[in-house]
Amino acid sequence: MAVLLAIGTRKGLWLATSNEDRTTWELSAPHHAMSEVYAVAVDTRGSVPRVLAGVSSLHWGPSVCTSDDFGKTWQEPEQAPLAFPEDTEASLERVWQLVPGVEPEVVYAGVEPTALFKSSDGGRSFEFVRGLWDHPHRPEWEPGGGGKALHTVLPHPSDARRAVVAMSTGGVYQTEDGGDSWRPSNLGIVADFLPGDRPEFGQCVHKVARNPAQPDHLYLQNHGGVYRSTDGAANWESIADGLPADFGFPMVTHPHRPGVIYNFPLSADVNRFPPDGRCRVYRSEDGGDSWAALTDGLPQQGFFSSVLRDAMCADDADPAGVYFGSRTGEVFASNDEGDHWRPVVSHLPDVLCVRAAVI
Amino acid sequence: MLLPQVLRPNAGGAGRLTVDMADGATMGALLDALARDHPGLDRRIRDEQGGLRRYVNFYVDGEECRRLAGSDTELKDGTEVQIIPSVAGG
Repeated sequence: MAVLLAIGTRKGLWLATSNEDRTTWELSAPHHAMSEVYAVAVDTRGSVPRVLAGVSSLHWGPSVCTSDDFGKTWQEPEQAPLAFPEDTEASLERVWQLVPGVEPEVVYAGVEPTALFKSSDGGRSFEFVRGLWDHPHRPEWEPGGGGKALHTVLPHPSDARRAVVAMSTGGVYQTEDGGDSWRPSNLGIVADFLPGDRPEFGQCVHKVARNPAQPDHLYLQNHGGVYRSTDGAANWESIADGLPADFGFPMVTHPHRPGVIYNFPLSADVNRFPPDGRCRVYRSEDGGDSWAALTDGLPQQGFFSSVLRDAMCADDADPAGVYFGSRTGEVFASNDEGDHWRPVVSHLPDVLCVRAAVI
Repeated sequence: MLLPQVLRPNAGGAGRLTVDMADGATMGALLDALARDHPGLDRRIRDEQGGLRRYVNFYVDGEECRRLAGSDTELKDGTEVQIIPSVAGG
């Protein structure tokens, strides 16, 4: 059972292929060298796996490229695959998220400035989702530290009309009519950088993950605060007790075990280091009621790097593999659901995203 | 128009493109004309609203267009526009 691990960095994309037991990895040369790769997806729905990469060149702008042969060749249309309509007066800055949808060939892209696009041809071209752009709250969505981005797209696994998205800032929104209308879904989530009570929207949500086996169960890493919802994002409750800190970026759900989630805490907004300089992934096996530190094989002193919102993922194997990359270019893998870790590669540029799938 | 090596695949391999324009045409009009034949080139040097990409320089007879009138810079008969990527990255 080989796994393809796609590693998007500040200066290109690396593709790593595992051996049968996911203990050793063969790494490619960098693809799209010198371009930022904030978003990558490995879409295994077709006859061959397709790698999709959201690439941004400082010189030549952003785009989406696809490969059906593990990076030997890349396809990119002459016309821009994603472009804002003229009347929006907006220009694509960066693709932050690429996610296969429920229907065949459907792929969603979350982008900066905050907007959603939908592809119906496997990610070769995308259409603008105007319903979200026209939301009356949009003028009040402010840029977070990384930009004004829609960074999370969670299609419902069985209902193509439903999806949850998250943005920084702005928070969580959801649609039940295929994207024509959207409503905020932030009840219970703090925004401690704003005065007053918890707002209806405006939160700086860092990442949301959905349990595929229980699609109404969602887990959220906030800019301060860790939450779960058991009612399809309608209400959120804190699950930060048991973590060493409630700040961080990623949140990952297990591919098939309900209630199993992964998180990488950082000390605080003003102290964005792993607590005590220890590289620790935290896992909960009960939906966030309790947490355990996973440390075997990870550096336990002098680790002052961090893990960005899309730089942690799980594959779809059984037992699941779990992966993360750091801002200092290290990538670690576990082939046993987080119990033990091995390095995949070191000394890459800042890791921005990782995605893995059985091939 | 002179293209850097990296952009030539987006213009059929050409390093030099010659475009017939009306009197008083602007650099923006020149880029619009190029976009019709080479959309893949256009989207690398301009965004979808026609804005010049920040780290791409457009030298109009040796002067970077942003020191002139940007996309509204008027072109003369025989004007040479040279595209050069600027210093960027880390």
